[in-house]
Amino acid sequence: MTTLFTSDHEWLRIEGDVATIGVTDYAQSQLGDVVFVELPKVGRKLKKAEAAAVVESVKAASDVYAPISGEVLEVNEALAAEPALVNSDAGGKAWFFKLKIADKSELGGLMDEAGYKAHTA
Amino acid sequence: MMLARDDQSPLKRTPLHALHVARGGKMVPFAGYDMPVQYATGVLREHLHTRKLAGLFDVSHMGQIALRPKSGKLEDAALALERLVPQDIVAVAVGRQRYAQFTNGAGGILDDLMVANFGSHLFLVVNAACKAADEAHLRAHLSDVCEIEPLAGRALIALQGPKAESVLATVCADAAAMRFMDAGPHVVDGIDCFLSRSGYTGEDGFEISVPAERAESLATRLLANSDVLPIGLGARDSLRLEAGLCLYGHDIDTTTTPVEGALEWSIQKSRRHGGARAGGFPGADKILAQLANGAPRRRVGLKPEGRAPVREGAPLFADTTSSEPIGAVTSGGFGPSLNAPIAMGYLPSPLAVAGAPVFAELRGQRLPLRVTAMPFVPNTYKR
Repeated sequence: MTTLFTSDHEWLRIEGDVATIGVTDYAQSQLGDVVFVELPKVGRKLKKAEAAAVVESVKAASDVYAPISGEVLEVNEALAAEPALVNSDAGGKAWFFKLKIADKSELGGLMDEAGYKAHTA
Repeated sequence: MMLARDDQSPLKRTPLHALHVARGGKMVPFAGYDMPVQYATGVLREHLHTRKLAGLFDVSHMGQIALRPKSGKLEDAALALERLVPQDIVAVAVGRQRYAQFTNGAGGILDDLMVANFGSHLFLVVNAACKAADEAHLRAHLSDVCEIEPLAGRALIALQGPKAESVLATVCADAAAMRFMDAGPHVVDGIDCFLSRSGYTGEDGFEISVPAERAESLATRLLANSDVLPIGLGARDSLRLEAGLCLYGHDIDTTTTPVEGALEWSIQKSRRHGGARAGGFPGADKILAQLANGAPRRRVGLKPEGRAPVREGAPLFADTTSSEPIGAVTSGGFGPSLNAPIAMGYLPSPLAVAGAPVFAELRGQRLPLRVTAMPFVPNTYKR
């Protein structure tokens, strides 16, 4: 299992040809209290960089972009019921959606944890 | 999420700036000032803390102006100010305060403000973004009768919430006896202050005008009480939205009249048709006609039926298919005390009735909302 990061503050956990995607703890700290999450529909085919989800804090709405292309296999319904999970466990329970990876070569452009730490430093 | 700056002029600082930074305030530009939008507590908990205990807000960016009658007779200053506002200022008793609006010739609102009678003079509190224009407006129209003195050397601290009275009472013997909208000079923590029992949260509370050099020590003293947390502009906005209170430049502006803004409660009978001093303020023809016959559109409260916040600028539609918007959201977000999204906006008067369904367009979808009576959260003023 590998965890990768985007410069837009998303994380991807890669298991075989499935990527689980969420936003980073750094992102949630910048967003502030999250009050609403809109998730993509299961079965939707996302292209890389397409707006996939919306996360709304008390302050503003922010788009979550698909970090890679792929089909949505599953979404985290618990987030809709409890958006504050994004604040309390961004890297764990607050995963947004799972994608069936369309093109593994797209993973090459992503950062590892050390790279992401340097990016947010 | 980044907030854009309108100009490159350096941001001004309030006398409490160092305190905000020391307490971890996340500083953002607001009306030309470097202000805390939140502290480490976060907007949600700051909001809920204010409703449960007490919050301390730095509102020193707002304008404080003394209006002194050259004749020495307060009524002359009151009558003069009535040339610029549709309110009865003569009737404001010594030690009392009233909400007012500066109007323009078209009946629009130049700014909204508080006017207090301090016996020898009137004390005005105006919005930060409008204060230079307000001062010029007062000078242009009232200089024949009044000295207009901006009180730039004073900070303004709001203490709001159910514990505000007990906290302030530890440093001000007069606090507990004051009622909502009482205002006047009082000694607070040994400092000569101007104190009013009012605020912008819907909660009981006070606003304390204090000499700038004493502001930090007073704020520190109040924050030493375990019931009090410092609160940023983020929670100030969600608190006032739940209370149904207008934010100038958003919910009311030069294109909205006080009647369209649902502020007719603030226009006393004496200034209306048939009143002792009817009219005589900018835009009186239009505003008095709207008071008598109704306005074409009205500011209303809106509750989204779903969970998604509907924010400022979202167009409003009568149904899911029509192409022409019938209005727009002017303020919107999440109400922490309601744990639900809330908004306000303008609708044609026939639709501006509680329970009416409307739709807001958000990310290409039409979301259902209901017109709702305001305040969203009942106020707890000590009348």
